[in-house]
Amino acid sequence: MSDNKYLPHSEADIAAMLQRCGAKDVDDLFDDVPAELRLKEPYKLPEPMSDAELELFFRQIGRQNKTMTIFAGGGFYHHYTPRAVTSLLSRSEFLTAYTPYQPEISQGTLQYIFEYQTMMCKLTGMDVSNASMYDGSTATAEAVVMAVNASRRKRRVLISATLAPAVARVIGTYATAAGIIIEVIPEDRGVTNRSELNEMIKAGDVAAVVVASPNWYGIVEDFAGIADLCHANKALFIVNAHASALGVLRTPAEWGADIACGEAQSLGMPLNYGGPGLGYMCCTRELMRKMPGRIVGATTDAHGRRTFVLTLQAREQHIRRQKATSNICSNQGIMTLHAAAYLGLMGDKGLAEVNRLGFDAAHALAQGLCETGKVKMAYPNQPFLNEFVIETMPPLSSDKILDAAAKDNILAGIKLTDNQLLVAATEMCSPEDVKRYVELVKAI
Amino acid sequence: MNKKLYSPLIFELSNAGSKGFSLPHYDYGKINDTLPDNLLRTSPANLPEVDEPTLVRHYTNSSNNNFGVDTGFYPLGSCTMKYNPKINEAAVELAQVANLHPAQPADTVQGALKIYRTLEKALCEIGGMSEFTLNPFAGAHGEYTGLMVIRAYHQSRADEARRKVLVPDSAHGTNPASAAMAGFDIVEVKSLADGTVDLDDLSSKLGDDVAAMMMTNPNTVGMFEKNIPAIAKAVHQAGALLYYDGANLNPMLGIARPGDMGFDVMHINLHKTFSTPHGGGGPGAGPVGVRAGLEQFLPNPRVTVDANGKLSVEMNSTAFGQISAWLGNFTVLIKALAYILNMGAEGLSKAGKLATLNANYIMHSLRDLFKLPIDGPCKHEFVFDGLADKSTGVTTLHVAKALLDHGFHAPTIYFPLLFHESLMIEPTETESKRTLDEFIEVMRNIALEASSNPDKIKNAPYETPVSHPDEDSAALKPILTYMDLCTTTL
Repeated sequence: MSDNKYLPHSEADIAAMLQRCGAKDVDDLFDDVPAELRLKEPYKLPEPMSDAELELFFRQIGRQNKTMTIFAGGGFYHHYTPRAVTSLLSRSEFLTAYTPYQPEISQGTLQYIFEYQTMMCKLTGMDVSNASMYDGSTATAEAVVMAVNASRRKRRVLISATLAPAVARVIGTYATAAGIIIEVIPEDRGVTNRSELNEMIKAGDVAAVVVASPNWYGIVEDFAGIADLCHANKALFIVNAHASALGVLRTPAEWGADIACGEAQSLGMPLNYGGPGLGYMCCTRELMRKMPGRIVGATTDAHGRRTFVLTLQAREQHIRRQKATSNICSNQGIMTLHAAAYLGLMGDKGLAEVNRLGFDAAHALAQGLCETGKVKMAYPNQPFLNEFVIETMPPLSSDKILDAAAKDNILAGIKLTDNQLLVAATEMCSPEDVKRYVELVKAI
Repeated sequence: MNKKLYSPLIFELSNAGSKGFSLPHYDYGKINDTLPDNLLRTSPANLPEVDEPTLVRHYTNSSNNNFGVDTGFYPLGSCTMKYNPKINEAAVELAQVANLHPAQPADTVQGALKIYRTLEKALCEIGGMSEFTLNPFAGAHGEYTGLMVIRAYHQSRADEARRKVLVPDSAHGTNPASAAMAGFDIVEVKSLADGTVDLDDLSSKLGDDVAAMMMTNPNTVGMFEKNIPAIAKAVHQAGALLYYDGANLNPMLGIARPGDMGFDVMHINLHKTFSTPHGGGGPGAGPVGVRAGLEQFLPNPRVTVDANGKLSVEMNSTAFGQISAWLGNFTVLIKALAYILNMGAEGLSKAGKLATLNANYIMHSLRDLFKLPIDGPCKHEFVFDGLADKSTGVTTLHVAKALLDHGFHAPTIYFPLLFHESLMIEPTETESKRTLDEFIEVMRNIALEASSNPDKIKNAPYETPVSHPDEDSAALKPILTYMDLCTTTL
């Protein structure tokens, strides 16, 4: 029966096991499946591949993927992944475990989640973190749902037009289903229009206001006063922030946020064509019991030893079913180990240095591109960290830049419109790469 | 696994001035701008300062306090803790996706899109569905996605009065939670004594206000819902759709397809049936499949193919919306495809059958000492209602903890909610008869000792790094960060 290295049963094993079950054949165990439902013929799948053939197959697939020099972000950034982190993530004691339901034999997982929660609180300045959400978009959508649930009866949520479009769309999906009314706060020169926000919030029934830092255009917005405005109107303030940038930028807590959430892929996680990244969510202590997802807490065991356990589980689906704060069960698990190990290696200094390199590379590129006279900054005088929007001047266009760059194996950015391109840079873009990008624009 | 507790936290290993990173010393020339102070953080994050050897040793030691499938038998019911082939990890490396940005032009990511498309086709074949989206990040996320498809379907027919979703009382907790998030009211359907859906109760609850019925088959007590054709008929006659929770798909491999059973929408947990590791809680993947006629509602972005076989990523205006920024947990998809190609149709079919044989073997080997509330051949898993002898005071929790001393993970406990002392065992096909025999012997010894020396079992475990954590005080006095720890006494 077996002839498969993952199936350990010999013919003799199967015979002995069937005997105990009082069955003659393994098929007897499926007598309760009506004949008309039974598969008449095997699945139409390719012939099984041996390991060697499988490697060849994926190697050939790999040849059809082109690694480029990446000047694109849009929520996913190309940072260096320390090999120590990669190596730790492959430890099968961590990788092949389930959610740590049995704390006695899961202290490894529970400990790194506790460290992760701590580090996210240090980065965001918030009191409490959960054990992860799927990605930045679902984390933000769930933050919106959480805020509405916390407000009890309020139905309106105001989201800035400067949120990433994908994040706004995912919020839209979650909101529609939950009967939440999403209204977009218009933008003004790339940032949230404050007077519009004032007017919109005064109309009442607002459960939360959502802004992004840096925003979709890469601009670092000044949120001074928004928290007070929200709180005066009994609304919660939600800040979506890229995790790595929080090493240097004003924290959601410093802006007065009640919930901080977003994508933490920027903490050195490989791009992996979009996933897995890591959604994070942090909040104030008051909101702790409204938060979705797993949370790890410290306690002691019978011998007084410090012990970590899953806690506040009365919020969760396996206990509360339809009354749970969310349906989330599996989260991004081991990616929190990635975040903890990465932040442990980087420390404040490493994170500051990564941000400085990204800032310098992006600003050198922006300067260089503007000096060609063929493009200008779409949002001049707006402060940015490592991402910005350029506007091409005719006859140049976004496509022309993207195509010319692609010929040189450079991903020049994300096309926003025919004449606007969202461009990002990180420490993975060398000064030569930046120069190459500028030169190719000059040459178009 | 190490029985001695390794307890330091990374913060306690911090040494001012130590560094664990290596970054380029690039000089980009003179930069005219700086960020204004009011946009910068005012106080340092105070992350730990550790060198690389210290950090690697820290997590390595900490991993020794952890139990995974590679450590030992993990019969956690409904979680399908099968062995995770090592070649799956190699496939990710070979596919060269680590440095692929999700916004790259289609012609530079044809390999990645081919993986997506090939896996989608394979899942269609296995599920008996017309199309799949691979974007959902996890099983519960898949349920939510599937319910949003159902919502969009009813809306497209101007049939929006359908506010109810039916779930059996034996359903996974995520089913009602997902339905609630998708904006539905939840109505529970009763189970019969044999654990299957009560058709009469179902019929009484069906009507023109019902959007869908969610089921898993085999159900959470491991029984095949043999009335499924009648259930599907009743649900469809009422104008509702039938949703398949794929958490229990494993024993159906090569036997029967959800599409052929009459299900309209389904999700698959790639981290269960298709062997991608659970990662201590994730990342997983919960692809959602639909029967013909519902494809247009699947969420954006979609991977499409043109007449020349060229693949691209597109936005479809009839999609119900978007549930992820990009195409899901991509590396998890690669691992699942590697597994399917490695196993082939025959290997998958054997897996489903041996998973079922393993479960039945354990059930028959222990049914004299444990209370078996539902008789009959189980599928991939089965449920005991605690020990047969209830006079000892030894509970399911005690049995679970006693197992930990013997190098086994505990089964799922206190689920399903149908029984007071549920002990749900799912061995999977990758466990040998030798392992099962060892487990059976330990379970029998625990049952016998529960009678002869109940206190010994009640006080287990004895051999684990920690024992009897005080979970009540953890919830009453939440200590959730190292900062909390520093300001509180445990």
